[in-house]
Amino acid sequence: MPNPTKLIINCETKEQIEVELTDEEVAQLEADRAKAEAERAEREAAEAATAEAKASAQAKLAKLGLTPEEISALY
Amino acid sequence: MATTYTLIDKTEVGSGGTSSITFTSIPTTYTDLLVKLSLRGNDNSRVATWINITFNGSSSNRSWKRVYGTGSAALSESDTTMRLGSVNANASTSNTFGNAELYIPNYLSSNYKSASGDGVAETNATATQLDLNANLWSNTAAINEITFAPGDGTGWLQYSSAYLYGIKNS
Repeated sequence: MPNPTKLIINCETKEQIEVELTDEEVAQLEADRAKAEAERAEREAAEAATAEAKASAQAKLAKLGLTPEEISALY
Repeated sequence: MATTYTLIDKTEVGSGGTSSITFTSIPTTYTDLLVKLSLRGNDNSRVATWINITFNGSSSNRSWKRVYGTGSAALSESDTTMRLGSVNANASTSNTFGNAELYIPNYLSSNYKSASGDGVAETNATATQLDLNANLWSNTAAINEITFAPGDGTGWLQYSSAYLYGIKNS
C-alpha cells in the first residue's frame, strides 16, 4: 500500500505536485498524531477537573444560602 | 482588503486528499503574507482539528499560544510548536469546512517571525471550537516555505483549499 501524499505548490513555477511521503515522514506523522492525542487527553482531563471543581463550589455556596443569581455574579 | 493584496498562489485538494499543503519558493517581493484556508480534516472521531504550521521545514524554536471557546467553555493553552486552530474534522456537519487565516508580518525580516490568526470549525453543533492564535518562530531566516498539516487524523479532505497572498506596505 503506498504512503499518503503531500501537496506542494511552487509559487515560482506555479507547478503543483503530489509527492508520496517517505517512511520517515510517515513515522513523524504518526509521532505527531500520538503527541497531539496525549495533549488532548491531558487538556480534556484538566477541563473536566475545572468543571467539577466549579460545580462543587457552586453547590457549597448554595448550601450557604446564596441564590443562583448571587452565585452567577461571582463568576 | 487593502489594494496591495496580491494572490501569489492557490490550491484545492483533489479526490485522494493530502497529508499536508506546502507553499514553496515564496517570492521575496512583499512585506507581509496572508494565508486564507478552507479545510476539513479526515479524522472521523472529532468535530475539529487544529492546523500544524511549519516554516521552511523547521520544527524547532517554535512557540504557540491560543485562547479558544468550545461551545461550553473559554480556555487557553500553549506549546512548543506552531498551530492555527481550529477547523472542521470529519465528525462535523457533513460537507462543511472550517475557515482559518494566518497573518505573517515582515516575513523577510532578520528578526524572529511572529504569525497570528484565527480559526473556526463551522459545524452545526454545540461541541465546536473558535480560536485566536499567536505563534513565534525564533529564527532569523526569511520565510520561503509554509506547510499546513492537520493536528488530528492523517490529512485534508477533497475540496480543502488554501490561498496565499502577498501584501506590500506601499
